[in-house]
Amino acid sequence: MTAPAFPHIPDLDGMMACPACDALLVDRTVSVGATASCPRCHTVIEAPRPLAMTRIIMLALAALILMIAAVFFPFLELGAAGMVRRSSLLDTVMAYATGLTAPLTLAMAALIVVLPVTRFLTLLYVLGPMAFGWHPARHAVHAFRVTEALRPWAMAEVFIVGVAVALVKVAGLAHVSLGPAFWAFVALVIVTVLKDNFMSRVTVWKTLEARRRS
Amino acid sequence: MENLRSAPPILTARDAGLIGCTHCGKVDRPGVVRCARCGARLRPRDVDGLQKVWAWLIAGMVIYIPANLYPMLSTVSLGKTTENTILGGVIELMHHGSYGVAGIVFFASIVIPIAKFIAIIYLGLSVTRKVRMPMHRRHTLFEIVEFIGRWSMIDVFVVAILSSLVRLDFAATITPGIAAVSFALSVAFTMMAALSFDERLIWDARNEDAE
Repeated sequence: MTAPAFPHIPDLDGMMACPACDALLVDRTVSVGATASCPRCHTVIEAPRPLAMTRIIMLALAALILMIAAVFFPFLELGAAGMVRRSSLLDTVMAYATGLTAPLTLAMAALIVVLPVTRFLTLLYVLGPMAFGWHPARHAVHAFRVTEALRPWAMAEVFIVGVAVALVKVAGLAHVSLGPAFWAFVALVIVTVLKDNFMSRVTVWKTLEARRRS
Repeated sequence: MENLRSAPPILTARDAGLIGCTHCGKVDRPGVVRCARCGARLRPRDVDGLQKVWAWLIAGMVIYIPANLYPMLSTVSLGKTTENTILGGVIELMHHGSYGVAGIVFFASIVIPIAKFIAIIYLGLSVTRKVRMPMHRRHTLFEIVEFIGRWSMIDVFVVAILSSLVRLDFAATITPGIAAVSFALSVAFTMMAALSFDERLIWDARNEDAE
């Protein structure tokens, strides 16, 4: 297709490009509860949900509290031959700390605890002031970029499936019981998934822009 | 469903001489380096961008080899040491009769990584070559690759949990093996390969086909 000349492109603010396929679209305001998707590649572009901002903040706060519980309470307990071994989330992170596998310790800490916590904190920082109707905080744009960039690397839910697999592996060997931290972590995963479902990236960006101090 | 409509022959931001942000969708005039709304670096399309994808992918594939050859974990039980590679672990699980878990591990550590390598190679080649798979299918394939990447990390977590839990001195002790490191790196590198792939390239080809 030879690109025809478009001498009269309407002002750029009235247009948007699909983030996935670059189709040029008219940027309409999407009503709350509706879903806007790209007519070409069908990627969901915007899906604002009622009270999304307040809900995301509540869920991020809940997730933070659950994470604190998950780190400090016993996670799993293993008993065999009269011996009991208690393991916390920190022990799991430190599992690779000896020998050649030491660098993995950092990665484990990051994937399971640090990056999810960073995401919760930056989200609170970005959305907190806006939920009260204030201007966004000073570096909110940077903070939200961090939140989005970390999304694939925060692996709490992958870890939970890992725990399930590990439990089945040792089940024959010894008696395993689940500690309170395990349930805290399960709740954390559910809360995180709910939170990510409420969040519509493009909507947050637009809101940030609209409420910017200028 | 409320669709953002546009005139039937779809015009891309690039065709209109503009540049679209892949993060927030804002369109800007060409030459703008950072998006005015979200501050992300605006990426003009260039096929050279694929080199990054290839580099990460090759790194991921190379390091996947030692991940399979070296032991993932070693078990010391009553003075006897057994070392298990990824595949060895799957086979052992099957001997114990836990086929479900064996399936999960086999899928997450062997099937998914290899399928991902193939999918990324295919998507990368499809940018510069004609392929038979339609755009929508390729777009879905990319979304699957992007979504599933992180789940391969399961085995690394399993090894960590097992070795933190099973430390019963003489009775049984599990320690992680060096393969865990190379496996984790392989997963991370492949995730980087998928992240650096510009999905708009999948759709660009159509305009060239059309005429």
